[in-house]
This record gives sequence, structure tokens and C-alpha cells, in this order.
Amino acid sequence: MALTQQNAPLLEALQEHLQNRVVRFDVPGHKGGRGNRELADFLGNRCVKIDVNSMKNLDNLYHPVSVLKDAQNLAAEAFGAANAFFMINGATSASQAMILSVCKAGEKLIMPRNVHRSAINALVLCGAVPVYVDPGENKSLGIPLGMSVKAVEQAILENPDAKAVLVNNPTYYGVCPDICHIAKLAHAHNMLLLADEAHGTHFYFGENLPCAAIAAGADMAAVSIHKTGGSLTQSAMLLCGKSINADYVRQIINLTQTTSASYLLMVSLDIARRNLALNGREMYQKTIQYVDYAREEINRIGGYYVYGDELCNGDSFYAFDRTKLSIHTRNTGLAGIEVYDLLQNEYGIQIEFGDIGNILAIVTAGDRALEIERLISALSEIKRLYGRDPSGMLRSEYLTPDVALSPQQAFYAPKKVVPLSKCVGKICSEFVMCYPPGIPILAPGERITADIVNYIQYAKEKGCSLTGPQDMEITQLNVVAAERKDT
Amino acid sequence: MDIWYTKNQTEHVRFSIRIEKQLASVQSEFQRIDIFDSVEFGRIMTLDGLLIVTEKDEYIYHEMITHIPMATNPNIKRVLVIGAGDGGTVRELCRYPTIEHIDMVEIDEMVVQLSKEYLLFTAYCLEDSRVHIYYQDGLRFVRKKENAYDLILVDSTDPFGVGEGLFTKEFYGNCYKALSADGILVNQHESTFYTAYSNAMKRAHSRIKSFFPIALVYQTHIPTYPSGHWLFGFASKQYDPRQDLQADWWNSLRLKTRYYNTILHQGCFAIPNNVRDALREAKE
Repeated sequence: MALTQQNAPLLEALQEHLQNRVVRFDVPGHKGGRGNRELADFLGNRCVKIDVNSMKNLDNLYHPVSVLKDAQNLAAEAFGAANAFFMINGATSASQAMILSVCKAGEKLIMPRNVHRSAINALVLCGAVPVYVDPGENKSLGIPLGMSVKAVEQAILENPDAKAVLVNNPTYYGVCPDICHIAKLAHAHNMLLLADEAHGTHFYFGENLPCAAIAAGADMAAVSIHKTGGSLTQSAMLLCGKSINADYVRQIINLTQTTSASYLLMVSLDIARRNLALNGREMYQKTIQYVDYAREEINRIGGYYVYGDELCNGDSFYAFDRTKLSIHTRNTGLAGIEVYDLLQNEYGIQIEFGDIGNILAIVTAGDRALEIERLISALSEIKRLYGRDPSGMLRSEYLTPDVALSPQQAFYAPKKVVPLSKCVGKICSEFVMCYPPGIPILAPGERITADIVNYIQYAKEKGCSLTGPQDMEITQLNVVAAERKDT
Repeated sequence: MDIWYTKNQTEHVRFSIRIEKQLASVQSEFQRIDIFDSVEFGRIMTLDGLLIVTEKDEYIYHEMITHIPMATNPNIKRVLVIGAGDGGTVRELCRYPTIEHIDMVEIDEMVVQLSKEYLLFTAYCLEDSRVHIYYQDGLRFVRKKENAYDLILVDSTDPFGVGEGLFTKEFYGNCYKALSADGILVNQHESTFYTAYSNAMKRAHSRIKSFFPIALVYQTHIPTYPSGHWLFGFASKQYDPRQDLQADWWNSLRLKTRYYNTILHQGCFAIPNNVRDALREAKE
């Protein structure tokens, strides 16, 4: 019988496997929890019983031939892709497999500078060279945008040997580029289009949302199902279009992927896919209702600005993801990260991130109206109790990177440790970023400027969680010891 | 026939009432509402299986949440009641001719409809011309109010469900803002005997204390509530209910009450050591 979206092949196989009461003389050694009672008590019996290893009737992820193959095929169908891979190390692994599949050492990849660190990490691994495109910026909000078509075209014309163009669809803040147009442009110049869709699962299932990458003609897309699609943390999918040799992609994935993939993560993808295919439209409708309501109410408080479609400019801000509750806080006199900390410390509310001027709350159909009310009320109270004069606050600005070396060359070059204040003019050999959102302030190979040093110091003062460098306190950076020409 | 309603007061303690018959069972948008006739406690209402009101002992709760603040400030004219769908709190308020305006905010219209149908002993004042009922989230309602009330009564369920938002810091902060310069906030304040309730009580107290210069609790005895010993919070910007009690004024009103009197008013603020210790521990 042909499988339909009503099926969940991996879930069905696991249910049958549990019923068969198979005697466990394989890994994992906790043996369904009996070998670790504390684990079973904390996580729940059902959970530890499903924590099994690959076996014949449950297929295996590095060479799927039965239920996992079926589950991935159904996923591909649901997302409108030619092939789908279940990924169990996050959209990070999907994004890296995507880049490793299309670029080799010395080859060029055109991408906006506001990519997630995982994309640049992939360049450290494979030695490909980034060609950064200024993503454009909304100056008053201090958020990077999604690249103008013209800027992409210019990069393509200047680098006709580039292998692919990578886009964020959407950015963390919910900004989408004109992805259909960019796909056509890339293809016309024999380049592939890759999409980081870590925050875009819902584009494939909701209505009145920006165009999903695969539908727009992208060749590959890294989709983080756990973010807004309902699967467990760390589970994601890599989607491929018809132009991509999926068997080669599987080989690339297997270079770094565990051979003991977690069935908890994989079955959560199977269940989430079925739920998205059957109920996704209603789920995202509910999400949009919540967000539209919250946007209106928070904007009414004053001081906060919850942005929406009105910012679309037909180009670098081509479309806005209406499920994002992205809130500009600077006119309350509070940095985003300060509002983030107050929400957490004073009101017991955890949001996704706070940066210099913005916060982001993730809203899904899993929320309840009373929690939306709590968020709105807490923001209203924060403004009443902590709001102050906004003058003198730093606006974050797009700092055009000066790429002096490829990320790989810089990362592996001989280095020395230099105090942060003395780094100006040196080439950085490591990442510096606020996490989240995880967009590098500095990537390996970039020259350090006074503006960047100031920005890092300001972000530290305001309480941003800075990550990346070997020095966990970020008082000093590893820089390239002896500069050599990038060839 | 042997029908019993059982509430798990904790995971290990049960409280049961023999039921004569079930009168209604409705699933609203927010919760399951059941109404029974019981042998010992008369008519009772439960929300999601939790006991909300019984005919036999509801007067204790409703008198104590209302008359303590009313006897403290005779000038209370504008009152906001949050929750209280059974109408018992509004019934007590309506006995004061001095009150001009009562807003009642109940999230679940079905609770009010069923109360009007089955619980007339509490609900009979809901049609009073001073009473204005709003069916919406209490947190949302109060957020939009500023200097609008002399008294806010929070007649909520436990903080583990629909009533969750009414035990939060953002709610108490918004109440502070919604009250006049001599405003009073009285809330259902859980109890200290069982751990889960005790933690909720401590959290609520420390949050209220962070906004109001006067933050006290007073006690009462409600047979059907877990442990039987129950607390209310009294928070105020000016009035201390112990010193500012207007006993002569209140007694001149000649309100007939079954539980409250002005001597008990003084006494209910004398709390046992374990409650006092819990309040001292209360910090976030």
C-alpha cells in the first residue's frame, strides 16, 4: 500500500518494536532504563525505552533502506523537495552538509555577512572562500536585512567562478530576501542557490507567509524543524531539489554524522512532519493570530516597536515573517538585552534573544493566550518601572568586513594572543559573536577595526552573552601572528 | 447508589463529599465545569475537578475577602473584582450602598451562566445596576487601567491553570497602577500547610511586597479548602487594616454577617508562627 502523509513510518515501526518486547543485547547500555533508574525516573519510562540503536526493522540513518527511507521520502513530499535528509545535529549540521556538498577548498561562496556561524564554520572545514554581500540595514532598528537583488547580482558578476549563493530565509529577525528573483539570477549564472532556513519551517505549511526556499527554486535548504515545527531540539532536515545528487550529499553527511543517530530525535521529525502536513495550516494560523494580537497590544504600550509588513521595501526587506514577534526596544531607553534580562529575572519569562536594540519572542501554536497576556503585561511593567531617556544609546550598525584571509587559513594560521584594545588592525583568527543570535561580529580572517572593538566592549557592558574566542572572558583575542597574502 | 466527589488536596491526601446527584457538566473554552447536589455541603461547583464553592461554607470566603477592606476604608466607591464568576464576592459588595461602581472580570462566561442558573445563593446580585461584567483575561483588563479603582479583589482559583496569570509580578504591578493613591488590593492567598500551596503563597507575598508599602496576610478557616486553614493577602498604599479599622462606621451599617465581625477583623491578622516564618522566608 502506498504511504501517504497520514503515515508515520518510523513511529509505526517503533511502536511495533516496543510491542515485540525484543530482548536487548545491544547498545545503549541503559537497556531501556533498567540500567539507570535515575535516568528513567527523570525522563520517563517511555522516553528511555524508545532510546534504541539502529537495527534491521528500524533501519539506519547512514544507509536508509526501509522505514527511515520511507519517512524521509514522506518528508520530501511534504516539503515539496526531491529529497529530504533527517539531521540529528541541528540545522548547523544541515547547513554545513549543504555547503560541503557544493564547495571545495579555494572555491567561492557568495553569502550575506549576517549568516549563522555554522555557515562560516563550514568554510573553516572545507577551505572555501566567502564573498560577502552587504545584507543592507534598517538603520533605525539596527537590524541587518536580506541583501538586495542588485548587490547579489554585482557579487555574481564580479565572481563568475563562484559555486553558489547562500541566503537567509528568513533572518533571525524575520526578514526575507527576494528569493525567487535571486534563485533565477544564480541559476542564470550556473550557480546553485542554497538557503539557510533554520527559522523557516513554517513557510512550507502556513498561509500568507514568505515564499519557502524550495518552492522558490532553491537547490538546497537547511531547515531547523525543532525551532518552529515541533520536533525535539537538535533535529533538523536538509532538503534537496532535483538538481542535486542526493547520494553524494548522503556521503558528505556521513563524513561527520554519528553512526548512532538518536531515535528520539528521528521519530520526533517523523511525528512533526505528519503533524505539519496534516495540521500545519491551522497551527500557523493560530500563531499569526497570537502574534498579530501581541504586536498591536505591545505597540499600544508605547516605547516598544513591534515591526511588521510595513517595513517591506520590495528588495532587501522583500517579505516579513509575520510569526516573528521582533520588538525594537531602544526608545524605552533599554537595550534589548536589558529587557531580555528583566523578563527572565523579574518576571520568569524566557524569550529567544535580546541584542543591542531588539528582542525576539518565539510564538507558536503551543502557546496559550494567558502566556501572551503575561508577556505583554510584563513589557508594559518594564517600561513603567525601568524605562528611561533613550538618548546616548549605541545604535548597532553594519560593519563592512575586511576579509584578509579565508576562514580556514586564518583559523589554522600561527597565532598570538593580544588584549582586545590592542587588536585594531590585526587579522582575527577566531569567531566573536553574541549568542543568540549567533551572527559573528568577527569571523576568522577578518581585519579588526576600532568600530568592532567598541561594539564588543559595549555589548559586554550591556550584558550580551559573547561567545567564540578561546578566552571565555573576551578580554583578549587570538590574531594571526604573521600575515601572509591570501592567494 | 454511592457517588463521591473526590479532590486530591495533594498527591497523597484526598477530600471527599458524598454526592446526591449531578446537575450539570459542561466543557467551556477554558475548563470543565461541574455542578452537584451533595448531602452535607448542599450545592457545589467544581472547575476542572477543583472545588470552587459549596453552599454550606461559601459565606466564610466571600465575607472575609470583602468586609476586611470595606471596613478599613468607608470611602471605597470603585471596585474591581477579578474572577469570582459564582457571584459571591459581588453579592457581599452589593450590600454597601456607598459603593458606586463594580467591574467584575471573569474569563469564563459559562461559569457565570451556570452560576445564575444553579447557584442563585451566590449569583443573585450579578444583575445589580452597579455591576458591570467583562468576560476577558484579568491580566489584560487590569493592564489598561490607571488610577481607576479604590479596591481590587482577586478572587482567583489556584495558580496552577486558568488563574496562573493572577499570581504573577506583572499582574500585581498592573494592579498597583490601576489603584488610586489610597487603593487596597485583597487577594486569595493560598495557605501554608501543604508544600505546593505554601510555595505559591510565598511567591505571591514577595511579589506583592515589592510594590505595596503595606503587605499583610490574614487568616480564616474554610472547611472544604485544603488543610482548612486559608489566607488572604491585604496590600495597600496607605491604610493599615489593623489601625484604620472603622468599627463604629461598619457596625452602624447593621450588615448581618455569619462569619465576619469587627473583633474578628483585628484578630485575623494575628497569624501563627509557621505562617509568619513562611512570610519571612518569602523572597525571590
